[in-house]
Amino acid sequence: MKNENVIEVENLTKAFGAFKAVNAISFEVKKGEIFGFLGANGAGKTTAIKMLIGISHPTSGKAKVVDFDVYTQPEAIKRNIGYMSQRFALYDDLTVQENINFFGGIYGLSRKAIRQKSKDSLVELGMHEISSKLVGSLPLGWKQKLSFSVALLHEPKIVFLDEPTGGVDPITRRQFWEMIYKAADQGTTIFVTTHYMDEAEYCDRVSIMVEGKIEALDTPKNLKQQFKVASMNEVFLKLARNIE
Amino acid sequence: MRTIGYIVQKEFKQIFRNKGMLPIIFILPILQLVILSNAATYEVKNIKFAYIDADRTSTSRSLIEKFNASSYFDVLMDFPSNKIANFAMLAGEVDVVLEIPIHFERNLIKEKSATLGISINAIDGAAAGLESVYINQIIQGYNRDIRVSLMDTSHRSIKPINISSSPSFWYNTSLDYKTFMVPGILVLLVTMITLFLSGMNIVREKEIGTLEQINVTPIKKSQFIMGKLFPFWIIGMGLLTIGLILAKLIFNTPMLGNIPLLYLYTSIYILVILGMGLLISNFTDTQQQAMFIAWFFIVIFILMSGLFTPIESMPQWAQIFTEINPIKYFVEVMRMVLLKGAGLQVILPQLLKTLAYALVMNALAVWSYKKVN
Repeated sequence: MKNENVIEVENLTKAFGAFKAVNAISFEVKKGEIFGFLGANGAGKTTAIKMLIGISHPTSGKAKVVDFDVYTQPEAIKRNIGYMSQRFALYDDLTVQENINFFGGIYGLSRKAIRQKSKDSLVELGMHEISSKLVGSLPLGWKQKLSFSVALLHEPKIVFLDEPTGGVDPITRRQFWEMIYKAADQGTTIFVTTHYMDEAEYCDRVSIMVEGKIEALDTPKNLKQQFKVASMNEVFLKLARNIE
Repeated sequence: MRTIGYIVQKEFKQIFRNKGMLPIIFILPILQLVILSNAATYEVKNIKFAYIDADRTSTSRSLIEKFNASSYFDVLMDFPSNKIANFAMLAGEVDVVLEIPIHFERNLIKEKSATLGISINAIDGAAAGLESVYINQIIQGYNRDIRVSLMDTSHRSIKPINISSSPSFWYNTSLDYKTFMVPGILVLLVTMITLFLSGMNIVREKEIGTLEQINVTPIKKSQFIMGKLFPFWIIGMGLLTIGLILAKLIFNTPMLGNIPLLYLYTSIYILVILGMGLLISNFTDTQQQAMFIAWFFIVIFILMSGLFTPIESMPQWAQIFTEINPIKYFVEVMRMVLLKGAGLQVILPQLLKTLAYALVMNALAVWSYKKVN
């Protein structure tokens, strides 16, 4: 049987001196899954993501992303994933269309493919009329949706979203999650971190990181049962308090 | 290749869209060329000259008249006493004070010799040296005149022995300092703008967070760097062109040599500077840090380039240091090609050293650029 896991992590650790930002975490993510990666600020989520997307060397442990090893094949990983960082990372001084062209281009898409793709996503985003506007002039919610589309341009197998909806209004968050579902339906695996516990409920499975370790990992439903509470919010608070 | 093309395209769009940056790139260098070339002069002119004439005879007056006639001296005033003259020197109102003692004329006629007192403000030693030379020339000229007139009165006609030499000045025949300075200033502006722009560029992407996004793409280090640097290479060559045109139009700088040769050299030279900028970018986290480091290097390189002060008069250790100063080579080549009409063979040593420098710098820059931390 073919291995359906697209991410396999075993005892992955990142230490900065004596401090272990990520302390021997292990988990798997299945193809097409929406995997919620939760944790308080400073729990080590971003550090963990940076190791998985090949821009940070792990201190120890194993990790495979899309069948490629994070130590030896980071460039192969990069071809197969999309990434949207905490900080908005498109170019403010380029227009919507220019940003799409640039990122499509450096991922090696043909001109024709870029044209087709950008047309599709601009229509989907409802941004085809403002495609020649500078990205810097757009409201944050629009920027985030555009970032997500750009991260999907080269049809990656996995998309890593690091707090994609931070500071975004509820309506836009809602639309954002519709986009996430749509991508997942098409077979893209979604790896998402968030602070919003209602968003955690939308995930297929959720891991909760506390001080560098994964303290819980299951479906939202099972987690709520396990901790005998009604919402993910309470699960999160219980876990965080236990540690303190 | 296509990837590089996309980066180049993006960089150019960003550069030309940045309304704050464009004038810095194109207007400032022009101002620099025009202002510095006119102001940075070695010539000592308009020397503030004063005198104390205690003799008050026709001889002393004719000596002062000599200074008055010279274009180097501005004869400002006649001080009644030493004390007042010293005070004026202290206040910076005068640079040179000539003191003609009492009985100057009498001594000259009777004893055939007389002394003059000269005080020079020597805070700027080089200028003071020149002033002293000018003063001596005038006094010697005066000497000759009175010797002749004294001889005439005694009716003797022995021809004084005269050794004279007339130097022929090469390359800059009219001894115009602008001819000397303009090519040097041109070096300065090409270097400064390209270093600052390239040094600032990648670190800026670090600051705004887009560099991380780039590092997550499968783009190769060398592709990214080439794409980043190429636009600045073009800008550097553009600046050279603008500078040469201005040098011709405004300063009528001689251009004896082969201009394509100058372009060939500059195209390699800019690579050195861009590599340096990139290296700075790689080791800094903010544009501010990058700016300070770039300044540090540029100031040292400029002062030790032979642009303003001759390298031959630097101490031995400093001369050795100038061997690794890229600006020195460019200044040399620029002056050699433009003013002396030097050909490829003459500038070959500089060309090869610069080429080696460019290779080392860019290898270091690519090596130190890390996609993974």
